[in-house]
Amino acid sequence: MARGVKEHATWSPYENNGGTCVAIAGSDYCIVAADTRLSLGYSILTRGHSKLFKLSDTAVMASSGFQADVRTLQKNLEARQKGYYHQHGKPMSCPGMAQLLSNTLYYKRFFPYYSFNVLGGLDTEGKGCVYTYDAVGSYERTGYSTQGSGAELIMPILDNQLKSASPLLYPPRETATPLTEQEALEIVKDTFASATERQIYTGDGLEIVVINKDGIHKEYLDLKKD
Amino acid sequence: MFRNQYDTDVTTWSPAGRLHQVEYAMEGVKQGSAAVGLKCKTHVVLASVNKASSELSSYQKKLFKIDENIGVAMAGIIADGRVLCKFMRSECIYHQFVFEAPLPVSRLVVQVADKAQVCTQRSWKRPYGVGLLVAGLDEAGPHLYYNCPSGNYYEYYAFAIGSRSQAAKTYLERRFETFKDCSRDELIRHALLAVKESLQDEELKSTNCGIAVVGADEDFHILDGETLQSFIDTLEDNKAEAKEAAPEDPASTSGGGEAGPSAGAAEEPPAEATPMDM
Repeated sequence: MARGVKEHATWSPYENNGGTCVAIAGSDYCIVAADTRLSLGYSILTRGHSKLFKLSDTAVMASSGFQADVRTLQKNLEARQKGYYHQHGKPMSCPGMAQLLSNTLYYKRFFPYYSFNVLGGLDTEGKGCVYTYDAVGSYERTGYSTQGSGAELIMPILDNQLKSASPLLYPPRETATPLTEQEALEIVKDTFASATERQIYTGDGLEIVVINKDGIHKEYLDLKKD
Repeated sequence: MFRNQYDTDVTTWSPAGRLHQVEYAMEGVKQGSAAVGLKCKTHVVLASVNKASSELSSYQKKLFKIDENIGVAMAGIIADGRVLCKFMRSECIYHQFVFEAPLPVSRLVVQVADKAQVCTQRSWKRPYGVGLLVAGLDEAGPHLYYNCPSGNYYEYYAFAIGSRSQAAKTYLERRFETFKDCSRDELIRHALLAVKESLQDEELKSTNCGIAVVGADEDFHILDGETLQSFIDTLEDNKAEAKEAAPEDPASTSGGGEAGPSAGAAEEPPAEATPMDM
């Protein structure tokens, strides 16, 4: 061992189970989607694992990363949601849930949840909203976002195809997409199909959830399994 | 019950082997406005009489949701009941978090009973002054429990607590054997008729009573004013039928309406019996 070189731990408490998540907000709807592949290294653990989690009728979270941390985070938020509902007599709004998620993540700033989240739903006015996070809770409301293994492949396509205002403009504009629900859905399906081609951690199946004033509508389609 | 030298502390036994403070707490439950619970094979229904402290105020809420599958009706000091509700809710949330399954009702009532018992054995505490009718559904089926300030709990087919509850109990005792085959709506009607017995001068309206239901395919929820009023309206039509269906047998009412080893529905226990055994 050379002098002055610190020895690194051979064991890590974290694993990366891969997967990609996408959320797109429209004027009166929100689409949250994620693939269903769970990986470990070059292996597939399962082809049918859901990364989506319904927090309330107006908020759905999608998370990629270390699934043990993701599951614990989901359970934590679910318990807090129940407590809020009992205390206030109504479910938490999506923006409220967004803040709670951020605080929950930062709470473990020095042993983080290895979870990369996007939260999608309807805000208190019924408009689509998407919130995107890093592992320690830094978040922003935006019109669309992706997290996970395929994020770098998918994000540029969304920037190009969603016809939203550029997030780089100043003063900032609303970045929710002006497209219809059907048009946005087609883009989601196409982007996942493309990411599946070029990315080993994305594939097997695609779970899509659409949130609008009529409630939550789920859809599933197959992706390539190689 | 009259004052005596042994009733100052909850931790003082009387020479007759009674804890008077606990018994006084149970008296407090009898002063509260009535609450009724009944169950059938698939559903449990809770009903309450809502009192308003004055014409200007709102009616006291006595029905509370604890979890998707559990709810309570209370009689007595509602503030004490609210605190117990918070405890029950957090226990249910904790259990769901750790075991990813809903807390069975029988376990929850034991936890509440243990909490109540603590207050009967600490000199710096006082017993909870509220009786809880816990309605819930778990894998074992529908349940109705009564949690007492003494720390006892009992399971019932149907029960009533609070002031003028004896009238409701008599209604239930006559019919409880027919309840298990009742439909959900019939059960709600029975609950309303039972609660009606406890109202003296008032007419039954959706503003002075409340109904909550829980079933296998139905999360615990409190019926809203409109639905409640429509049930009350149909009562008038069915009231005649219900009265005819009830078996005319006042002699067979010993122990009716109660599933536990408790004595009859007498309000005043005989001098030798210890009320806490009921």
